[in-house]
Amino acid sequence: MGLEACRGDFPILSRATGGHPLIYLDSAATSQKPRSVLDAEEGFYARTNANVHRGVYELSVEATDAYEAARARTARFLGAKDPNEVVFVRGTTEALNLLATSLGQSVLERGDRVVATIMEHHSNLVPWHFLREHAGIQIDFVDIDDEGRLRLEELDRYLAAGRVKVVTLTHVSNVLGTVNPVREIAEKAHAHGALVVLDAAQSAPHRRLDVAELGVDFLAFSGHKMLGPMGIGALWGKAELLAKLPPYMGGGEMIDQVRTDGASYREPPQRFEAGTPNVGGAIALGAAIDYLERVGWDELRTHERRLLERLLQGARERVGGKVKVFGPHETRDREAVVSFALQGVHPHDVASLLDAEGICVRAGHHCAQPLMQRLGVPALTRASPYLYNTESEIDRLFDALEKVDRLFAGEKLPTGTAR
Amino acid sequence: MAYDMYQEVILQHYRAPRNFGPLEGATYAGEEANPLCGDRITFRLKVDPGTGRVEAAKFEGDGCAISVASASMLSEKIAGKTLDELRGIGQDEVLKQLGIPLSPVRVKCALTGFAALGKALQASASHPPA
Repeated sequence: MGLEACRGDFPILSRATGGHPLIYLDSAATSQKPRSVLDAEEGFYARTNANVHRGVYELSVEATDAYEAARARTARFLGAKDPNEVVFVRGTTEALNLLATSLGQSVLERGDRVVATIMEHHSNLVPWHFLREHAGIQIDFVDIDDEGRLRLEELDRYLAAGRVKVVTLTHVSNVLGTVNPVREIAEKAHAHGALVVLDAAQSAPHRRLDVAELGVDFLAFSGHKMLGPMGIGALWGKAELLAKLPPYMGGGEMIDQVRTDGASYREPPQRFEAGTPNVGGAIALGAAIDYLERVGWDELRTHERRLLERLLQGARERVGGKVKVFGPHETRDREAVVSFALQGVHPHDVASLLDAEGICVRAGHHCAQPLMQRLGVPALTRASPYLYNTESEIDRLFDALEKVDRLFAGEKLPTGTAR
Repeated sequence: MAYDMYQEVILQHYRAPRNFGPLEGATYAGEEANPLCGDRITFRLKVDPGTGRVEAAKFEGDGCAISVASASMLSEKIAGKTLDELRGIGQDEVLKQLGIPLSPVRVKCALTGFAALGKALQASASHPPA
């Protein structure tokens, strides 16, 4: 039952690690790639490779067509009407840096405020910190409640205080799995004249996105977390807003005219795509979207709900109740990104010992240090399954956690210990 | 293999680290953080101004079993030594004392306490004991 049949599409899943079958539970960091995506990228370089937008010869026209078809495919995936609203970038990080920089040069003035949330990934924080340092803006952080949901009354308070020009937030927390009420937040922000930036890095792999339904102004995501290759992602922005943004990087492709005393720039999206783009990556991203839509968002959701339930149930019922999950307890409020603490064992030790069983999980601060400080933990262990994982793999995770617990609990803890 | 890292001696030091906690009247302190995992260890030294020898050394902080065990073992070698003698301790010695196979990522864990001690010694170089 479920999506087990798709496992055969992922070549890496047949390899072993440390003498054990690979159990890959770190898809929130990067997903594995199906054969069709690998073939799409290789196929470009094997049959169509030429630079885009400049050659007059047939091959270059074919490459350009394939690249622009990938843009149209990505626009359809996002529910965007105009493919020119899609800018190809390296990934979410580049998209957010582009936005912060360009908004910093056009929309934001000294003393203006940006509202973020305490659960942001560093990629949606540090670019705004740059503006704090260089452009004199202020950043306010919306806090979370005990289950990792945003305290929207804080957003109201920040908006009411005035001068908020941008509200930037993640759709799904890469630590807590929380799904944020984006539409409600966007409506509040727009009522105060603020632009809304959405980091969809953790939602694009799991949910059907529709930019109109979400009601945001800009959206960023990475291909590599949703079955695509590394080094390709997209920034979507409303056409009229992109048209007003100054360029981010300068170079070939993005210019209208260059003189010795200055330059003028092309319309979006080319304005934001200086230099030779990752054409093979964009085409492979299109193949990744094709794959996900063939699986179907409802099928994917059903499968991931089952894995999430199994994870939350395991945390409740196994390892002597020593697994504490962070984030919403209700499956409807969250995605299957499950960060946890195993009582008495540091996350690094947990991850090392799980690795010895062939289980790949992430341990650390997950590029969300302000959230770690808020949660009062130096680090957490995170299991993030995807369509190719099975319930029996989740069971293996808890078998391994019980073994780790037995190892560390081998002796009674004396008083005055470090932990 | 990871299970080879977690030998009983490592786990014992982790559960009950030696010389763990604050140090009243410390002469020098050094802190090292491991940005990968958010760990942080502080080493404090109390130097006897008469003899120039370390009369007490303690560490505290938050870390994994490897970093805590390594700092704990290191802390046992400090008392009674001069600062120059402590500067003679190299990282190979620290790793050898742990006596376990370490992956490259975990070597950083094993050396967090050593780096904290190094910073305390640096502080001592710029401000010799009265």
